[in-house]
Amino acid sequence: MTWNAICWTLGIDLQMGVKKKTEASAHRPRAARNLTELKRGESGILDRLDLPEEDARRLMEMGFLPGHAVIPAHSAPGGDPRVFRVDGSEIALRRETAVRLILR
Amino acid sequence: MSDCHGCSAATVTLPPQTRRRIVAIVGPPNSGKSTLFNRLTGLRQKVANFPGVTVEHRMGRAKLDGDREVYLVDLPGVYSLTPRTEDERVTHDVLTGVMKDMPKPDAVLLILDSTNLSRHLVLAAPVLSLGLPTLVILNMADDLGARGGKVDSAELAMQLGSPVALVSAAKGVGIDKVLQFLAGTTQGASLQKTTQNPLMELPVIQDIPKCRAWAAHAGSKAKYHAPAPPLWTRRLDAIFLHPVFGPLIFLLVVIGVFEAIFAGAQPIMDAIQAGVEKSGHWVGSVISYAPLRSLLVDGVWSGVGSVIQFLPQILILFLFIGILEDSGYLARAALIADRTMSRIGLQGKSFIPLLSAYACAVPAIMATRTIENKRDRIATILIAPFMTCSARLPVYTLIIAAFIAPHYQVLALLSLYIIGFLAAIGTAKLLKSTILKSTRSSFMLEMPPYRWPTLRSLGLRLVDRSKVFLRRAGTVILAVAIVIWVLGHLPIKNGAPVPIGHSIEAQIGHAVEPAIRPLGFNWKIGIGLISSLAAREVIVATLGTIYGMEGSSEHSVELQKALHADLTPGGAAALLVFFAFAMQCMSTIAVVRRETMSWRWPALQFAYMTLFAYVAAFAANHLVMWLA
Repeated sequence: MTWNAICWTLGIDLQMGVKKKTEASAHRPRAARNLTELKRGESGILDRLDLPEEDARRLMEMGFLPGHAVIPAHSAPGGDPRVFRVDGSEIALRRETAVRLILR
Repeated sequence: MSDCHGCSAATVTLPPQTRRRIVAIVGPPNSGKSTLFNRLTGLRQKVANFPGVTVEHRMGRAKLDGDREVYLVDLPGVYSLTPRTEDERVTHDVLTGVMKDMPKPDAVLLILDSTNLSRHLVLAAPVLSLGLPTLVILNMADDLGARGGKVDSAELAMQLGSPVALVSAAKGVGIDKVLQFLAGTTQGASLQKTTQNPLMELPVIQDIPKCRAWAAHAGSKAKYHAPAPPLWTRRLDAIFLHPVFGPLIFLLVVIGVFEAIFAGAQPIMDAIQAGVEKSGHWVGSVISYAPLRSLLVDGVWSGVGSVIQFLPQILILFLFIGILEDSGYLARAALIADRTMSRIGLQGKSFIPLLSAYACAVPAIMATRTIENKRDRIATILIAPFMTCSARLPVYTLIIAAFIAPHYQVLALLSLYIIGFLAAIGTAKLLKSTILKSTRSSFMLEMPPYRWPTLRSLGLRLVDRSKVFLRRAGTVILAVAIVIWVLGHLPIKNGAPVPIGHSIEAQIGHAVEPAIRPLGFNWKIGIGLISSLAAREVIVATLGTIYGMEGSSEHSVELQKALHADLTPGGAAALLVFFAFAMQCMSTIAVVRRETMSWRWPALQFAYMTLFAYVAAFAANHLVMWLA
């Protein structure tokens, strides 16, 4: 529990560390970006949902469909969870979910 | 603008109506389903449960012209009819007619948010493919117009092959079209004839992208012009979700609610108390037969009266929760709370049930249904009764008023709320790191636009709560008050009841006294504790009856004095702490059993909370004694 809590508190840094590594190892000029890399107010087009079937379906029902524009908006204090504007609605997602939503 | 096309059914007089027609209301969350339901049924509604499932729904009667009525069923809000969550399964089963004890509906009111039509129309595909006569209601027409959106409902009706009505359920605009459609359903089974063949073919309903494309197409055919973004919602979110002001406002809201409950309700409570006392005197003066007079005045009046005066506090709490929920702030609160909740292994969605648990654990436990993750849901159910529910308020108020100086009363009450909250957090951590361990679940929550809560829906909530509370006061609490009075007067010796100190009640109290003496309680409190197993606030009635028999009146100031004389400060502290932690509520036990579908969880919960309460009360008693 405590270990989880520490990881969670450091969550952002760990995530960023992991991401940098994958970016470095992939020899593509530009790795697929995910929702968390968008700046607030910046629009991105959703490409795919890297989530278990159940969660992906639910998100798609809420408007997170491939091809739709997503814009990050306000967040809870600390930046997590964040509200995303998609398909006329505002949906709050945790960071761990948002990193699995890959942009085009 | 609010036009209806093809709403009136062909007036073919087919077989006479043998039973009332049933019309189901279906729609996505935040589409205004409940507002429409309230608008159509008013006070002619009740909460019901389907057999075998935990999902609650409301049934109501809508009155139509010429004394005709239809039954309306308000189904849970869903984004699709794929039966995955329990809410979706219930909606699916009712609409397809496989729900037990529930005939297949004769028609459907599909309610969609017109300000977000392209996405909400997705639900039209599976609902229309059921083949039931359906009225597509485009709600929030006032918002759509105000924000510069447009839709051609006649064209949409042609495309969908079903009547379409543009309404504002909150303002009551366009409701006549809905009533017209409902009147059509009573004409007979011929309603289907009024719906034409749709111009658009329905998509494969399992394929979400295809459904979404279909909805977009239907919207563009109907010249749907989406409204401008909700400016006020954006402005308010800039404040309510501000990194600094957001949490501050959040705290202010919570504190404000408590202040209103404690200070704001006082004048009304005093008035009710005076009324109860006056009517008690009047009853006493009218009835000459002494035993009956004593039963009514000392038993019923002092027992039930001491509980009824807490109605204003309970209503104020429900009023605030209603305002927070209907205005859309509660979703923001869940967002702000998510990070904190995730630290104890829960999520922001648990926050809404836990906040409602401050009013009552029963609706709170029902509200946990929105949590998809089963382990999170059970953990939330198990900790909800630690939140200070309104039934504890009568007990807290009485003891705090009797023992604590006026200056520190609010502080004392706040501390009791805090220790309950801390116990809940500790328990959640314990549960989530042991028997309910799970991987962190996903959190997806829609932020509805802010709206003014309507007086109508707030009023209906309060009427509903008053009914529940008064029914309890009239049944359980009345029965307990009478039993306590009777046991306090038995056995009869030489044709007269023995003094209360020698009654059966005293004997029972003395029997349990050894167990509760370490907590600083005497036999009278013991009787109170036993009777409060039915419901917490019953202890106030019981003490009112016991001390009433001892000669002090039912007036709560008298009861405070009597308690002050009879209980040590340590005992008073222990009693407060005991009530903060113990699970003395049969309704909660019953609802936990129903929601978790087993006796295991309520049994574990009851044992854990009682033990916790006993140990904590013991500690409180000795701490105060040691300090004093």
